[in-house]
Amino acid sequence: MKIKSTEIVDTFAEAFKMYGSRVIITAETKEWAMAAAQSITGFATSVIGCKCEAGIETEIKAEDTPDLRPGVSVLIFAMDAESLGKRLMERIGQCVMTCPTTACYNGLSEGTPVVVGGQLRYFGDGHQISKVIDDNKFWRIPVMDGEFLIDDTFQVQESVGGGNILILGKDQKSALKAASAATKAMRQLSDIILPFPNGVVRSGSKVGSKYKSLIASTNHAYCPTLRGKVKHSDLDDGINSVLEIVIDGLSLKAVEEAMRVGMEAAAKPGIKKISAGNYGGNLGQYHIHLHQLSAQKG
Amino acid sequence: MALKLKLHTKPDVPLEADCISPDRLQSLSDNEISNLTLFHGNRQVCLGDFFECSGKFDGEVIVEGDLSNIKHIGSAMSLGKLTIKGDVGVHTGAGIRGGELVIEGNVSDWLAPEMLGGRVIVKGSAGHMVGSGYRGSTVGMQGGEIIVHGDVKNETGHVMRRGLIVVGGNSGDFTGVNMLAGTIIVLGEMGIRTGAGMKRGSIICQHKADILPTFSRSCNYQPSFLRHYFKYLKTMGLSISDSLLNEPFERWCGDSVELNRGEILLYAGK
Repeated sequence: MKIKSTEIVDTFAEAFKMYGSRVIITAETKEWAMAAAQSITGFATSVIGCKCEAGIETEIKAEDTPDLRPGVSVLIFAMDAESLGKRLMERIGQCVMTCPTTACYNGLSEGTPVVVGGQLRYFGDGHQISKVIDDNKFWRIPVMDGEFLIDDTFQVQESVGGGNILILGKDQKSALKAASAATKAMRQLSDIILPFPNGVVRSGSKVGSKYKSLIASTNHAYCPTLRGKVKHSDLDDGINSVLEIVIDGLSLKAVEEAMRVGMEAAAKPGIKKISAGNYGGNLGQYHIHLHQLSAQKG
Repeated sequence: MALKLKLHTKPDVPLEADCISPDRLQSLSDNEISNLTLFHGNRQVCLGDFFECSGKFDGEVIVEGDLSNIKHIGSAMSLGKLTIKGDVGVHTGAGIRGGELVIEGNVSDWLAPEMLGGRVIVKGSAGHMVGSGYRGSTVGMQGGEIIVHGDVKNETGHVMRRGLIVVGGNSGDFTGVNMLAGTIIVLGEMGIRTGAGMKRGSIICQHKADILPTFSRSCNYQPSFLRHYFKYLKTMGLSISDSLLNEPFERWCGDSVELNRGEILLYAGK
């Protein structure tokens, strides 16, 4: 199967059940809201080393936010609800509450509630005040520029992490150009994030390592410099650069749609193949087949 | 189609009609409703002696007529919607626990005293003691919302502990007196001695007000949480000026004769 001149490999992406939450950050200006959003999503590329995966979903116009100020929507994912609650506490406490003029709200209407504002309130040292507005409970925590307002609880819901596509290019320039086009198209979608730098990862990993202390190591089958050296390589002659785009989403449908849109956008001259990473189908709960996706219409 | 009760005989003395609530009427036939007993002064009478009953309960009860001499309508209601088309007397919605009580006219004193939950909307004005505790009670309103589009008189939210009271017009003296917690928003002007003896809670006003000497000025700032309230009140049909969203409020804390943990926020814009 091909999209334009790019071959779509008959394989699947192996994705995992994760727990996700949407955090709405507002501030006096778009810039301050974005500053907090960038901070809260920092060092959150992979659960392997960062305990969670996070990214900016979209900017929100002032008229659409809970407090009518400019906002940014952020998605954060972890492997279980309890762990996600801890990450929310840490990250909102350190990255949003600290940022001038911000307020922080739950952005999901369904799921399991985890207490976040109800924990962070203790920073108020007894001077915190709770308010219930339209059946939502908030905490007002006194801070040096006024008050930090935060929802008492945030919803977390079952989500999907680790959807991915691999872009196999004839050279680094072609692969970068295709990856940039793909991430640009995928970022137009809601309910997903691309947790790696600018949405792209070059150090794709496999499970395990020759070193016993490591749970993951470089995906040698897709490293062009190792072709001819390792027993098995998935790269044909003429493929000299591979980039991966990882997608986390609030639903399987959202991840699938992002992968489909990404494949369409990445299929450019210079891209020999588009493939996907999996672990033989033994680890992930979701198998997203590329041929089925590309057969779907947008 | 809603269940309708239309007043056909105006009572000479107060009629105690706590039986008029969705909870009591939801499962009764027209005949059973007409035979419900209530007190007219010190005389026991039937509901049918004063009201004509029609329609069928579908979650809503509509009461029509000049009910200004009828007390306790909607007392302790917990579900459904009760709409009063006209003016209504004292103790309306006393101890309401849930559901929605809508009064399209004016209401007398003691609206929703010791309310526990639900929502009360008054399109006209209300009298004294809105959402208050009865004399001798240590706790008044404990939850829910009261939204009065017009004016209210004295002691609104007396010993209130939780919930929201919104006044679209002016409020009288002693707004939030002895308040324990909760929120009172007055979009018009307030009388004197606002928040006297308050322990916790927030009283917010769109105008300047006389502040008791036992309150201390904190600062001028723009509280984010107020934007939520004003956004919500817009959806409830109240007229909220954009300046309220973008201008600062002056924060006063008190009452220092009590815990000193309450606040009065007064609009400080131009």
